[in-house]
Amino acid sequence: MSEMKIQIDYGLIEEVAKDLYIRALQELPPDILKALQSACERESNPTARTILQTILRSIALSKEKKMLICQDTGLPIYLLSIGEKFILDGYRMKQALSEGARRATQSYPFRGSSLHPLTRENPQTSVGYGLPVIHWDFIPNGDYMEILMVPKGSGSENMSGIEMFTPADGVEALKKYVLDKVVRSGGNPCPPGIIGIGIGGSFDSVGYLAKRAVCRPLGTRNDDPQFAALEEELEEAINSSGLGPMGLGGDTTTLGVHIEWSYTHMSQNPIALNYQCWAARRARARIGIDGRVENGF
Amino acid sequence: MELYKLQTPLDEKTIRSLKAGDQVFLDGHVFGMRDKTHIEIFVNGNSPPVSLEGYPVLHTAPSLRKVDNKWEKMVIGTTTSMRMDRFVPKLIERYRVRAIIGKAGLSERSLEAMQRFGACYLAIVGGAAGLETLQIEEVEAVYWPHLHPEAIYQLRVSGLGPLVVAMDAHGSSLYETVRTRALDKLPEIYRRYHITIEHNLAPIDRLLSQMS
Ligand code: SF4
Repeated sequence: MSEMKIQIDYGLIEEVAKDLYIRALQELPPDILKALQSACERESNPTARTILQTILRSIALSKEKKMLICQDTGLPIYLLSIGEKFILDGYRMKQALSEGARRATQSYPFRGSSLHPLTRENPQTSVGYGLPVIHWDFIPNGDYMEILMVPKGSGSENMSGIEMFTPADGVEALKKYVLDKVVRSGGNPCPPGIIGIGIGGSFDSVGYLAKRAVCRPLGTRNDDPQFAALEEELEEAINSSGLGPMGLGGDTTTLGVHIEWSYTHMSQNPIALNYQCWAARRARARIGIDGRVENGF
Repeated sequence: MELYKLQTPLDEKTIRSLKAGDQVFLDGHVFGMRDKTHIEIFVNGNSPPVSLEGYPVLHTAPSLRKVDNKWEKMVIGTTTSMRMDRFVPKLIERYRVRAIIGKAGLSERSLEAMQRFGACYLAIVGGAAGLETLQIEEVEAVYWPHLHPEAIYQLRVSGLGPLVVAMDAHGSSLYETVRTRALDKLPEIYRRYHITIEHNLAPIDRLLSQMS
């Protein structure tokens, strides 16, 4: 007997893609909020405490008055996990996500941040050739799909980087790279945020791993104890630098270090750091085969 | 650390009384400008159609909506200052701007200009655009509207802040102090986490430059 497969409702996907973009810009995930609150309670530097209190006040005001958390509406990124029970038309999926992002921008309306890299011409749609960024993943036997929307701000994205080290330099080089980079970035990426790190893979995949790392909720650790230990170690090391909120000094420079990894080539030792600011915005929707939408973060 | 409530325009004496680490709330007017605005002034050589003397310049590109010929604010936040850095010394010298409001600071050259002409850098909390938008009461005028969202915006503010005096008119920078302290601490942190700095620990493309 052939298994029942369900058609995707692309009109629904478009609506969800639109709502997710707007919701992500207005409301911070609870894990981020909680981390900022406890950082504020722990903070011993008075300037840093004022900054964290200001951040918390601004977040609450944005939620209450339905305003954007930050003026930078970011580059739209959609991360998909599609259950095997769906029949997927990849092209229509792309169209639906792109239309959703465009409609969010023009109906709200908010500033479209996406533009042509040479002419710098901004169509005020948030989308264009190659945008939104879409990452695809599939769930074996899954009878639901998840869409995670991340509007990635540029102050922090600009402080990101990839380096290819030598195998002989080992994990030491990776740790040093992260520490140096975070300290030298100063207040530019609006710390304290999430430091997403990719380790291993190829030049292209290591960047993707780092991006996945910043999308992981705070309070989670890598499943692999070796990488979980490295996350903890780097978190402590970065916070002991004293760089602090907005680079003006304090106990909290990062809310969390997240690592995602993969196997790599025997002659490679790649690392990517994707910086995420305190406005670590993301919104998630889970769509069941019955078309029911559940909202989350 | 002192807390000040100041009214714009600001005079030189007030600015010189501020010290790195102080906190400021502003009432009055500030002028919003960013990349293209500075290019229009300093590369294309057009003087701003409004006097900036004594006022703070805020690094921003606001989202506005035009309703019946009036500009209404939607969201106004602050952007990275370093992109405008090359123009700041001239902006301070020529137009007597007394403060730059932005995020993440400016270079040594800008700090020198601040010391020489009596200006300072006020760090706003980056990303806290919700609060900033509410502290900006009104967009009173938009000069060079054809450059929107990178025009000159005359903004009336009430209690804009907290702003941290991050670079003062005495040559002191809080960013510099914090960064130097952090960089000085790094060797000890390396040791604690078993990073041996005797190695090159340089990415492979940079190792190539050491080839004989
Ligand atoms: S780095 Fe993040 S918080 Fe800061 S201005 Fe950009 S998007 Fe906003």
